[in-house]
Amino acid sequence: MSIFEYNGSAIVAMAGKECVAIGSDLRFGVQLQTLATDYKKIYKIHDQLFLGLAGLGTDAETLSQRFAFKHNLYRLREERDIKPSAFGQMVSATLYERRFGPYFCQPVIAGLEPDGTPYLCGMDSIGAQETAKDFMVAGTATDSLLGICESLWRPDLGPEELFETVSQALLSGQDRDCLAGWGAVVYVITKDKVIARTLKGRMD
Amino acid sequence: MIVIPAYNPIASHYSFSLTTFSPSGKLVQIEYALAAVAAGATSLGIRATNGVVLATEKKLPSILVDESAVQKISLLTPNVGMTYSGMGPDSRVLVRKARKSGQVYYRQLHEQIPVAQLCRETAAVMQEFTQSGGVRPFGVSLLMAGYDDNGPQLYQIDPSGSYFAWKASAIGKNMVNAKTFLEKRYSEDMELEDAIHTALLTLKEGFEGELSGDNIEVAVVGEDRKFRVLTPAEVTDYLAEVE
Repeated sequence: MSIFEYNGSAIVAMAGKECVAIGSDLRFGVQLQTLATDYKKIYKIHDQLFLGLAGLGTDAETLSQRFAFKHNLYRLREERDIKPSAFGQMVSATLYERRFGPYFCQPVIAGLEPDGTPYLCGMDSIGAQETAKDFMVAGTATDSLLGICESLWRPDLGPEELFETVSQALLSGQDRDCLAGWGAVVYVITKDKVIARTLKGRMD
Repeated sequence: MIVIPAYNPIASHYSFSLTTFSPSGKLVQIEYALAAVAAGATSLGIRATNGVVLATEKKLPSILVDESAVQKISLLTPNVGMTYSGMGPDSRVLVRKARKSGQVYYRQLHEQIPVAQLCRETAAVMQEFTQSGGVRPFGVSLLMAGYDDNGPQLYQIDPSGSYFAWKASAIGKNMVNAKTFLEKRYSEDMELEDAIHTALLTLKEGFEGELSGDNIEVAVVGEDRKFRVLTPAEVTDYLAEVE
């Protein structure tokens, strides 16, 4: 068993028209035993930028704290919030610093650039970046998530349609994976507000 | 015969910083550094509405020196450059450190370092050299010009490590007169081309001899965010316009 599959996770992010959404499942388990069903894998960096961390729970916790710390320092230095694209590079550089003893996490970054265009990117545990215009998935449910995202995603979805699409993709995708599931949380980021909703799914 | 030990344990354990406060609260080494700046060739910078211009005298010790090989204005990142007044070799240390700061920032964020930050990083180096043991302060003042998301910017950094943003400033031998001249000539709505003319006129005021494309250096950074040192031919053309 890979260490990436120790706790289980499902993360999806999708781009819409001047909005992005990111969601994760809520299960936290140790191999096949479920320990908690309220474990969000999405972390808020600032109002327009969210980070999803799939993989080993303990490393995700550490990484989320390191990025909160780094962003605090960035804000003091630059007197502004970090741009999603720059944050992506920062995450990538931070992970590659541990090239030969990596954090066992796959990050997904979703945010709105200052001009309102969506920014999506994902990477592997050593920081090899991949940007996407449509959607990004990570975790133990990627096989099933990728397919359902391929068939549900459409360009230029509005915030509510995007919420529906991400939610349906996430719920259907994670039902095919026994390490992820137990409900989901979805954030839709728009220019002036963030919509956060917790979903109930199959609780088995 | 007197034997002088190569290693003196007492001296090495008590190597104070060269810059220790004088009883009156001054750091005289910094004042000496400022004197070195005041003896250096004049440099000036003007921030216009759509860019910044830097200009500096390039006085050479002999006509036999190949002036085309002397560069007093340096590129730090694609959109930031700087010039100095004072000791040339000292400035090169700072250019190297500033360039490295820019590259470190770029490696981490894949964005060009903001001018204000590059200035602060460089100023921090200069401050460190006023407080460390076994070193002396830098004998230079710097003018740093760049263009970023916050628009055109001009900074002056002094040997003490203090820095300010300026609309227009001058450093070096003729700084007092040049600043008075700039105060008279500067206007808020000045564009880059006017600023270049004003820079050349200001330099001309205190210049001994005739200005030419070979004995001054001029650099500009405009809305294209490309810092560029003008060629001697371009400088000569601007000089013709000024006259």
